[in-house]
Amino acid sequence: MKREHIILAAVFVVLALVPFAAELTGQASWTRLVGQALIYGMAAASLNFILGYGGMVSFGHAAFFGIGGYVVGIMYHHFDAGTAFLGLIPGTDQMLITLPAAILIAGLAAALVGAMSLRTGGVQFIMITLAFAQMFFFLFISLKTYGGEDGIMVRRTNSLPGLNMRDKATLYWVVLGLAAAYYLFLRRLVQSSFGQIIAGIRQNERRMAAMGISTYRYKLYAFVLSGMGAGLAGALMVNFLRFASPDMMHWSRSGELMIMVILGGVGTLAGPFIGAGVLFTLETTLARYTEHWMLPVGIILLLVVMTSKGGLMALLRRLGGKG
Amino acid sequence: MTHVLEISGLLKTFGGLTATDHVSLTVDTGEIHALIGPNGAGKSTLINQICGEITPNAGQIHLAGRDITRLPPADRVALGLGRTFQITSLLDDMTVRENLGLAVQAREGGNFRIFDRAAKRAEIWDEVATILKDSALGDRADVTVADLAHGEKKQLELAMALSQRPRLLLLDEPMAGLGHVESQQMIEALLAARGECAMLLVEHDMEAVFALADRISVLVYGRIIAAGNADDIRANPTVREAYLGEEEA
Repeated sequence: MKREHIILAAVFVVLALVPFAAELTGQASWTRLVGQALIYGMAAASLNFILGYGGMVSFGHAAFFGIGGYVVGIMYHHFDAGTAFLGLIPGTDQMLITLPAAILIAGLAAALVGAMSLRTGGVQFIMITLAFAQMFFFLFISLKTYGGEDGIMVRRTNSLPGLNMRDKATLYWVVLGLAAAYYLFLRRLVQSSFGQIIAGIRQNERRMAAMGISTYRYKLYAFVLSGMGAGLAGALMVNFLRFASPDMMHWSRSGELMIMVILGGVGTLAGPFIGAGVLFTLETTLARYTEHWMLPVGIILLLVVMTSKGGLMALLRRLGGKG
Repeated sequence: MTHVLEISGLLKTFGGLTATDHVSLTVDTGEIHALIGPNGAGKSTLINQICGEITPNAGQIHLAGRDITRLPPADRVALGLGRTFQITSLLDDMTVRENLGLAVQAREGGNFRIFDRAAKRAEIWDEVATILKDSALGDRADVTVADLAHGEKKQLELAMALSQRPRLLLLDEPMAGLGHVESQQMIEALLAARGECAMLLVEHDMEAVFALADRISVLVYGRIIAAGNADDIRANPTVREAYLGEEEA
């Protein structure tokens, strides 16, 4: 346990120093890249809670990521125009309102999707979650008020009292702080009584039912919690990129989140963050050299999955165990 | 005498096949009622209807006086129904201790808590320690279930079912696949548990059935063709023809 704490603290400090390192080396894009990787890491980690710990292979997780993002976008849109959402709810650019709202709305969407899709299992579950995500994708494309296919520009990042959020480094530290908080939340969650029930359901749902657990309710709760996490990540991403678009909830985004989880290590806490960091770095680096960057990424993914049996986390553990 | 379990006129058909043909039987407080019958007689179908995994076409199931015929499986457990599976069904990635802990936690409640630490819930782990102390699994407590021997898994399954403190325990072939020594251990464990709950025992091992059962019902082609104590069943010519005869031949 001690060792884990030291590693976590060290990683946090290194990540906190990124903006300084970027300034010193003149690589200003680092802050932006690491920030995005952290946000993808949160989205992947939220997926991993149901996929890795709960055994629910959701192929529509980007929907909640996108919905969280659109909450920020839409609220900013109304704030900027001085109008109200549905003529009732005024817009805002206050992060203390937009983030909780994004989490809440994404959770409601997850409750809706989960309530229907969790009545099935296996391949049907994968297909139904995918179908729901596509419905949300086309819904937002059809919303011409909010930019349709083009999405919404958020000209200024949401404000937080006492902080200059227009400063890239400040925004990065806010993202890092929330990513760390989310990591600690998940760490607690998987050790909680609820987390144990979820782990039990993954291993043997029939056994859990025989112990008096109404598995559907627990899976739905896990699905909602997971969707809320993705909503938070989406809201942060829109703040970070100052742009919300339907692409956030495209099915290929759901696939990417899955790849991050599998690459990093299914059912591990740090795995999705590592997977997100590696995949995002590979994508951005390789994209500079070739437009066919998917090919080398695919080969690397194949190699890691086939050799490591448990993703990069398993590799790290083996290295840590020997060293 | 009150019936812990009362089944009346239960009917289940799959297409043209009648798997449960107007079955009625009772299990009384403190009783071990054995259900025997050749393969394909419909024993598992009956068990699964009592558990709620299969819904009958007609008839009623009462548990401690309450009609549970249409209740979902988890609600039946809350009313005091416990079971073991024919093919052992455990949480394979967890240790013996963790399996028992989850079983006790499921009964204790607080299962929706997301900010506590399951590993620090003293009321659970104290009880698990007590269960393990009295059990043959005591020195295997921290072994992962996947690494247990078959007989140990069967014992663990029984311990988990008993930790639910059921009124009625459904035992689906607890002796299946056990060697002679393991069978004896299982019989002893069941005899020790008989004060805690009533049992409906589905079993092929006749030695175990005669050693344990207060009453025996014989199921053939979905129908109960005979019921009575061990001597009645041994002496019953229909049973000998339908079932026991095959084994003794």
